[in-house]
Amino acid sequence: MLRAEKLTMTYPGGRTVLAGVDLELDQGRTLAVVGPSGCGKTTLLYMLCGLAAPSAGRVTLDGAPVAAPTPDIAIILQDYGLLPWKTVLDNAALGLTVQGVPRAEREARARAVLAEMGLAGRERDHPARLSGGEQQRVAIARAFTARPKLLLMDEPFSSLDFITREKLQQALLDSWRQRGTPFVLVTHSVEEAVFLGADIAVMGGRPARLARLVPNPGFGEPGHRDAPGFHATARAVRAALAEV
Amino acid sequence: MRAPLRYAAVVALLALGWKALALGPAGDVLPHPEQALAAFARQLGRAEFWGHAGASAARSGAAMILAWAVAFPLGVLMGSLPRLDRALAPFVTLTYPVPKIVLLPVFFLLLGLGEASRVGMIALILAYQILVTTRDGVRAVNPKYLDTIHSLGGTYRHALRHVLLPAALPHGFTALRLGTGVSVAVLFFVESFATQRGLGYFIMDSWGRLDYADMFAGIFGMSALGVALYEGTELLERRACRWRARRGA
Repeated sequence: MLRAEKLTMTYPGGRTVLAGVDLELDQGRTLAVVGPSGCGKTTLLYMLCGLAAPSAGRVTLDGAPVAAPTPDIAIILQDYGLLPWKTVLDNAALGLTVQGVPRAEREARARAVLAEMGLAGRERDHPARLSGGEQQRVAIARAFTARPKLLLMDEPFSSLDFITREKLQQALLDSWRQRGTPFVLVTHSVEEAVFLGADIAVMGGRPARLARLVPNPGFGEPGHRDAPGFHATARAVRAALAEV
Repeated sequence: MRAPLRYAAVVALLALGWKALALGPAGDVLPHPEQALAAFARQLGRAEFWGHAGASAARSGAAMILAWAVAFPLGVLMGSLPRLDRALAPFVTLTYPVPKIVLLPVFFLLLGLGEASRVGMIALILAYQILVTTRDGVRAVNPKYLDTIHSLGGTYRHALRHVLLPAALPHGFTALRLGTGVSVAVLFFVESFATQRGLGYFIMDSWGRLDYADMFAGIFGMSALGVALYEGTELLERRACRWRARRGA
């Protein structure tokens, strides 16, 4: 599925933010990436989807190199990246619009995913009229409407209140169960990482490296958040973060 | 307060000040506001006055359309294509502060004494404002929006259509709206020479005939034209940028 080998990013000024990061994600799996702020998590996601070219190393998806953005990989950016001048429906269908899918088909597909996300009836609204949680649902809908092979998310729930965040985390997990689309989630919340990641990659150091991969037994099972295994994994992740 | 009431309040305040002036030191040359209003009402009943107003409106409208058609797309391109911006920016920077109105005789020489030179003069002045404001607005577009479109596999063409043009519209319209005042001022100037059509001509002609009441009728007409252009541009902006109007609604 997704494979990143020795990914390195050195900015033009000579500062290296990421050095030799290896990642692997198999079909149907999920991976949460945690690390301190500014350690290059967002840069890593941008390289994984082809938005940024690594200084060294390479990314492949099903064996094919990812050198530029592709409809096979959808990314949900921090702060959602919804276009304020487009309606909810047009935002959700944007990927299909870019691909040149005929209007009737793209709108039908977008409407169906929006309904799944609980946004039926809001199609003609503009993002400014939506709550943060609703905006996030539109961003998720946009990603799923394009039917990608892989979903990348950059701290998707960080600006939401606690209740909305938990609801959307559950909605994301439900979507994953239903569709099986593998995803990589970047977060600075250990609890979120343990709830949504089948594995948790801990990043740290200067330049940042993948310090440790923590397995997450019990991920995806009902009641996982309250299970003793959840807290044990969270402790392991915290310990790994303290070491890097 | 609703817009008509706001306008009425301002007009009443101005009329009071005017009346005081007319009763006082400026009584010899300044007609009383009611005399000027009566002259304006009389002129509104005359086809000739409407002909002047129509000529002025056509010149302003044509200049605004021409300025927008050239400057808005160029501003979007300059704001989004650094190479083009680097090539053209020195030209804009050097010529922007030059008072373009001094080029009117050159326009008359090059384009003749007809409509082209007058419309071209107003359009040139407006175009600079639209160009610079639009370019700066596009430069300030949230890079997240561009990341969004590129992450979906979009090219520059897609970014232009789905991000840059809609993001630039409010900036372009703001420049156009603010430019209406300048546009009417320049209109008055370009209609003061070598023409017998337009409210500028009407005002200067009335002044020359010492018919101050009619002169004010022309000034009223030109003011009304300025307000109509401003409000018309705002209406266009509201229609083209509905998403902004709904913000916080």
